Amino acid sequence: MNHDTYDDDYIRGILNGVKTIAMVGASPVNVRPSYFAFKYLAQRGYDMIPVNPGQVGKSLVGKPFVASLRDIDRPVDMVDIFRNADAALALVEEALSLTPLPKVIWMQLGVRNDKAAAMAEAAGLKVVMNRCPKIEYGRLSSEISWMGVNSRTLSAKRAPIPTQGMRLSLNRVSVGGGGTGAADRAAQDKKDSA
Amino acid sequence: MTDRLPGFATLAIHAGAQPDPTTGARATPIYQTTSFVFNDADHAASLFGLQAFGNIYTRIGNPTNAVLEERVAALEGGTAALAVASGHAAQVVALQMLLRPGDEFIAARQLYGGSINQFTHAFKSFGWNVVWADGDDISTFEQAVSPRTKAIFIESLANPGGSVTDIEAVSAVARKAGVPLIVDNTLATPYLIRPIDHGADIVLHSATKFLGGHGNSIAGIIVDAGTFDWSRDNKYPMLSEPRPEYHGIKLQETFGNFAFAIACRVLGLRDLGPALSPFNAFMILTGIETLPLRMQRHCDNARAVAEWLSAHPAVAAVNYAGLAGNRYNNLARKYAPKGAGAVFTFSLKGGYDAGVSLVSNLKLFSHLANIGDTRSLVIHPASTTHSQLDDAAKTKAGAGPDIVRVSIGLEDKDDIIADLDQALQG
Repeated sequence: MNHDTYDDDYIRGILNGVKTIAMVGASPVNVRPSYFAFKYLAQRGYDMIPVNPGQVGKSLVGKPFVASLRDIDRPVDMVDIFRNADAALALVEEALSLTPLPKVIWMQLGVRNDKAAAMAEAAGLKVVMNRCPKIEYGRLSSEISWMGVNSRTLSAKRAPIPTQGMRLSLNRVSVGGGGTGAADRAAQDKKDSA
Repeated sequence: MTDRLPGFATLAIHAGAQPDPTTGARATPIYQTTSFVFNDADHAASLFGLQAFGNIYTRIGNPTNAVLEERVAALEGGTAALAVASGHAAQVVALQMLLRPGDEFIAARQLYGGSINQFTHAFKSFGWNVVWADGDDISTFEQAVSPRTKAIFIESLANPGGSVTDIEAVSAVARKAGVPLIVDNTLATPYLIRPIDHGADIVLHSATKFLGGHGNSIAGIIVDAGTFDWSRDNKYPMLSEPRPEYHGIKLQETFGNFAFAIACRVLGLRDLGPALSPFNAFMILTGIETLPLRMQRHCDNARAVAEWLSAHPAVAAVNYAGLAGNRYNNLARKYAPKGAGAVFTFSLKGGYDAGVSLVSNLKLFSHLANIGDTRSLVIHPASTTHSQLDDAAKTKAGAGPDIVRVSIGLEDKDDIIADLDQALQG
């Protein structure tokens, strides 16, 4: 499938469907993006598992670190790869060795590995690359609108009062598929310069 | 299921707005408050560290302003936007993200006189050096590119000369030079032209004009197209390097394709301070809800007035790109097929004196220094908005001594024409 842009329904389906997320490369340093993406997703009700072999014995917002995907004691719906693109292939191989299989491989903003994606898709997994689940959750719920960001969604329903730990509805009206024309152009520019 | 895409008029009314969570208010409330309480110390720290979505202080963000920001971003097809106190503030904040002292940016000479002043004098004092190019000659942009160039700046429809810029051609120069293209879209509004569709990386507005549309509030907007890779080289350290203000966060790495808008907010607006009043944001938002209706009527009226003036014996020339035979007519057909805007100039056979006389004889037109009002407006640029330029620069900017500028309003077009008719006879 095309990984330059994603339909909102595809992302919405993933974020509405998964419950347990293993974040590989989660950092205990509280100013790293992985830390605050992890914390946000935990606050929004996902069962988060931090994976980082250098941090075993510690925990991240109360969730104990594990060394690898194989060390997780429960089924994982989604593996969120917060590592560089070169690490993605081995991580997908590891994810595909799990029983039951995860449903989704998600590579973070800035991370894209087409070979790893193809391998996961061949095994029936859904793949998202070069996106942040926190940003996408915030966008589809429109919570990110506080930052002046174009959520590309509309709703005439009364907004919920956002409180800590609350799950937000992601089922707003989408304004424009998986991205703007601008996103397509940026992706094309990246390809051209690569 | 494929999403059905709402049209422009629907976005103009709905984008960014949702019934208020607390009261159910349907219109966007005016959150006239300086500050917002934190849930606890951890929440406060998360907000200050840019780790959580939410409000801190109205100088950095405000819920009313956020609705305006998302709405304009949606209408322009951008990833995010930032509302600021004026169009001039938008220019300062946007360029401060890109330029360090000693850097250059290229700007078309065909600009609003206030922008020419700001670039020439105020920016010069910051060490930001403007290099002028000719909007009618793309090769002058290519020739102006240097290793110190950090951006290219144009207006989509230029004020006051009525010229239309070939955005795609200038965009090609910008991409080759590896710098963002900034387009001031004030006169066109996204209803007529969406510069991002033609290669703009950043779109700016004086929302005071047609977006607000009622001549009652000053505001500016910066729209991030999400198209520029700020980390390709080390040209834009505000976006690509760790920010000491935020514990070493790299803004593009963290915020991806809306990093420029975030940088303008958390570095530019936070530190320079030109925050928009939530009341003004509300006024601009209310204006935008009728933008498609108003812009079409502005354009239809302007075209009728321009045609009528063209046939008047006292008129030497009408510079309206919507007229067949105008040098910009082909560009107007390509970029603004719904209409060439409502601001244009004309010259009188009687020269400077006839222009002054016309302005004083008009009864319905208001003589003032604004454009994009419901009311028809007139001004003599050479003695007002462009008065600080020398004669050569005035002529190049389309504001020669014999030129009168009008901004055609939403009155009945026959009344607008009748006022011009009596004033030209007088």
